[in-house]
Amino acid sequence: MGRYVVRRLLQVIPVMIGVTFIIFCLVFALPGDPIQALAGDKRADPNIAAILRAHYHLNEPLYMQYWHYISGVFRGDLGETYNGRAISDIVSQRFPVTLKLGLTSFAMEAVIGILAGMLSALKRGKFLDNVVLVATLLLISIPVFVLGSVLQLEFGMNLKITPISGIDKGWPQSYILPAIVLASTSMAYIARLVRSSMTESIRADYVRTAIAKGLPRRRVIGLHALRNSLIPVVTFLGFDLGALMGGAIITERVFNMPGLGGQLAQSVYLRESPVVVGLVTLLVLIYLAANLLVDLMYAVLDPRIRYE
Amino acid sequence: MSEKTIEKPPTDALTAEREAEAEEKAAARQASLLKDGWADLRKRPMFLITAFVILCLLVLAIVPGLFTARSPFSDGFCQLQNSMNGPSSGHLFGFDVQGCDIYTRTVYGTRNSIVVGVVTTIATTLIGGLLGMLAGLVGGWVDALLSRITEVFSALPLIVGGLLIMSIWRSGDVWSVSFIMAILGWPQVFRIMRGEVISNKYNDYVMAARALGAGSSRIAFRHILPNTLAPVIVITTMNLGVYIAAEAALSYLGIGIQYPNISWGLMISDAQDRFLTSPHALLFPAGALSITVLAFIMLGDVVRDAFDPKMR
Amino acid sequence: MTIIDPTDAVPAPRSGDDQKTGPLLEVRDLHVEFQTREGVVRAVNGVNYSVNSGETLAVLGESGSGKSVTAQAIMGILDMPPARIPQGEIRFYGQDMLTMSADERRKLRGARIAMIFQDALSALNPVLSVGFQLGEMFRVHQGLSRKEAKAKAIELMDRVKIPAAAARVNDYPHQFSGGMRQRIMIAMALALEPDLIIADEPTTALDVTVQAQVMDLLAELQREYRMGLILITHDLGVVADVADKIAVMYAGRIVETAPVHELYKRPAHPYTRGLLDSIPRLDQKGQDLYAIKGLPPNLLKVPSGCAFNPRCEKAQDICRTELPPLVPVTERDGAELPGRASACHFWKETIHG
Repeated sequence: MGRYVVRRLLQVIPVMIGVTFIIFCLVFALPGDPIQALAGDKRADPNIAAILRAHYHLNEPLYMQYWHYISGVFRGDLGETYNGRAISDIVSQRFPVTLKLGLTSFAMEAVIGILAGMLSALKRGKFLDNVVLVATLLLISIPVFVLGSVLQLEFGMNLKITPISGIDKGWPQSYILPAIVLASTSMAYIARLVRSSMTESIRADYVRTAIAKGLPRRRVIGLHALRNSLIPVVTFLGFDLGALMGGAIITERVFNMPGLGGQLAQSVYLRESPVVVGLVTLLVLIYLAANLLVDLMYAVLDPRIRYE
Repeated sequence: MSEKTIEKPPTDALTAEREAEAEEKAAARQASLLKDGWADLRKRPMFLITAFVILCLLVLAIVPGLFTARSPFSDGFCQLQNSMNGPSSGHLFGFDVQGCDIYTRTVYGTRNSIVVGVVTTIATTLIGGLLGMLAGLVGGWVDALLSRITEVFSALPLIVGGLLIMSIWRSGDVWSVSFIMAILGWPQVFRIMRGEVISNKYNDYVMAARALGAGSSRIAFRHILPNTLAPVIVITTMNLGVYIAAEAALSYLGIGIQYPNISWGLMISDAQDRFLTSPHALLFPAGALSITVLAFIMLGDVVRDAFDPKMR
Repeated sequence: MTIIDPTDAVPAPRSGDDQKTGPLLEVRDLHVEFQTREGVVRAVNGVNYSVNSGETLAVLGESGSGKSVTAQAIMGILDMPPARIPQGEIRFYGQDMLTMSADERRKLRGARIAMIFQDALSALNPVLSVGFQLGEMFRVHQGLSRKEAKAKAIELMDRVKIPAAAARVNDYPHQFSGGMRQRIMIAMALALEPDLIIADEPTTALDVTVQAQVMDLLAELQREYRMGLILITHDLGVVADVADKIAVMYAGRIVETAPVHELYKRPAHPYTRGLLDSIPRLDQKGQDLYAIKGLPPNLLKVPSGCAFNPRCEKAQDICRTELPPLVPVTERDGAELPGRASACHFWKETIHG
């Protein structure tokens, strides 16, 4: 196990370097002078501009710039904006919102998705299965930003159960609706995934053995079949953490939440390249960490994996 | 498994005959798999329904002029005094904030959605499929390198990556949006293709063909590739809907298709600020988008059920 | 239809004294059918057999003969639907299990009747340790604690001669060899010392040398615990050493029953004869090996008359029209042959001819 963890950690490093390099090149290797852009229409003061360029390493070759950037990332420094604000400041202010939103939504999609999928598999072809099927199709095909608006109108405006937008009411009130919206698509995919893997595993030989052992149905389904069905779901959940971060960009916009996603979208409009790079780097790191975690969980869930 | 080296027998008439027979069988097996899938597909009512809906959408996309007398690109199409007016006779879906007829814009938006979905799907299938095949067949350092590159690209979630690229490169037409989604989307097809090729490579019938002296390119093209087709067809169909939805999401964020091009995502985004007071401007393009995505997702579903031999 | 159960009459050689209490398990006129897209598959069509304590019944037949389906019906592990049991009885100590409640049946499973499956690799749960899977029997049926159950599991693994049981109890199925895995399956079946064990081709997936070891172990344990054993197989070689009596199945019916050695000496059904003739023998070295011509019957379209008729060398017109009942087989002079029966119009010619 220990060796597996180390090997997996080592594999992440080239990927991380690759991704950050791509991000870096995309944003910084562009023509145009960010320092001049700071000054707007006026001509920038050449002395100040020179100091700023030196400060941001803009006069060094690209690979040196990348080196400054990546070594900063390893030190936990995501850089600073051109007007001197540390990006980690922005992160520490905005990240809690996104984290709360993401985790709430993650828990929802896992719990509801798995339960719905199990029910569907156990009642295959029956009424309940069809209800789940239709619900998942709707959730997948209705775009989150539309679903968000509709729920806002219904629950926030008409029924007044939840706040319409913002985070003034704190967790959980202000987060429930956005979390449902953010979770919706993945919840549907998880339900479908669990349904198909569960359908497969309840037909498996080892489930027949479990029945032949005289185990109660609860144990046969909840332990023997479910343990095996969860393996693909865990993989999906891992990949989905990254997608959740992306989805948060949309959800935070719909519900007007001051999270990382909203900040990222705003920075893109305002062309604040260092912020964009910093935040995207952070999201990618979270994503890679989640995948690593999933791989390790995978090894716990599926003992066969360790030796492969 | 690969420890067992199988000695290559002399290529006499008999083995040649056997080889031909084995190949025929593999080809026939494949043909029957695809044929079975198709036969199965045609019998499913769900397939006929979705196929019909998609056909309608295609007609809408190709000749939108058939369905509306107005053109969204003509002068005077938008009249500000009509801004946000609700549905009325002659303007079934009402007007948007600029006073443009929503029905006409929705009809004309079909093309961009479909084109982005189709182009992105084809591009991801080609890039991912070819690279995956290469990695799987050649193996060794080629595989290692390509797999690492894939990991790098798949570490960028579609929306995040799209945001990043579009923040720099805002051309806002259909082709650039498709291009960006293809760049970010191909790793999925790569993984499937590579996995399929590798698992087929060690299948008994490939071993048998090899033992009977079939050359490696012959094995690759006659034995391995045909067997990877079904899963790739399945994932390709399923992706159509996913990419159409993704385009709308990018456009909604203002980083996808841009004005003057028409996109349902963009229309929804424009309508959102006033959604609480006049929901019609959002609901009609949203409905069109949902129906389109639903049709393609369901097509993906039936195709998977019909072609995935594991589901049988 | 008259129900005769000739296997009933065979005295169990190793445990004659149990006869008084009646058979341990008795299957009467059992029918099983499956609803499929292509139509109704009649997998079992009126099977009768019985097993006593300490006795081994071998059920012989090709795949699709209904031997495994019968066993699954006894265990109560058929998927219903698509399977259906339109008629029949399965009596365990005289009580019909088909009329029991689901929970009553569940409590019998594993505790009183246990099953050993063919492919231990797929029959054991890949993500749970063997110790857990063995211990589960005690935890569920006897309410033992996790710790006690593990101790019992180690004991069981010792019992089936798995080396270093204590060290391997936390290993997973894929870490064991095929033979060891099958021993674990046996241990799991034995765990609660059931009265009856059904072994569905327990050695088919194993190497020949390991097959003998596993069979010996099973026979030894059966003797020790005086259990009834239903051994399902298509391998006549396995049967000869361990079985007391044999039932041969074809297309969902029993076509012949006999005490084990008599069947080998004088088969009374052409199908049995065919099976025996297709065993390779040293004294026939160099000759072509006999094989029954044709394919096993399609259960959707079982041939009319005797199901074996299209493959039978002795088939006459009557075989194509009339279904032969299972009738007692006698000596030429009419003397009874206990436990013997055949479902062939021409059994006389077959056994005496």
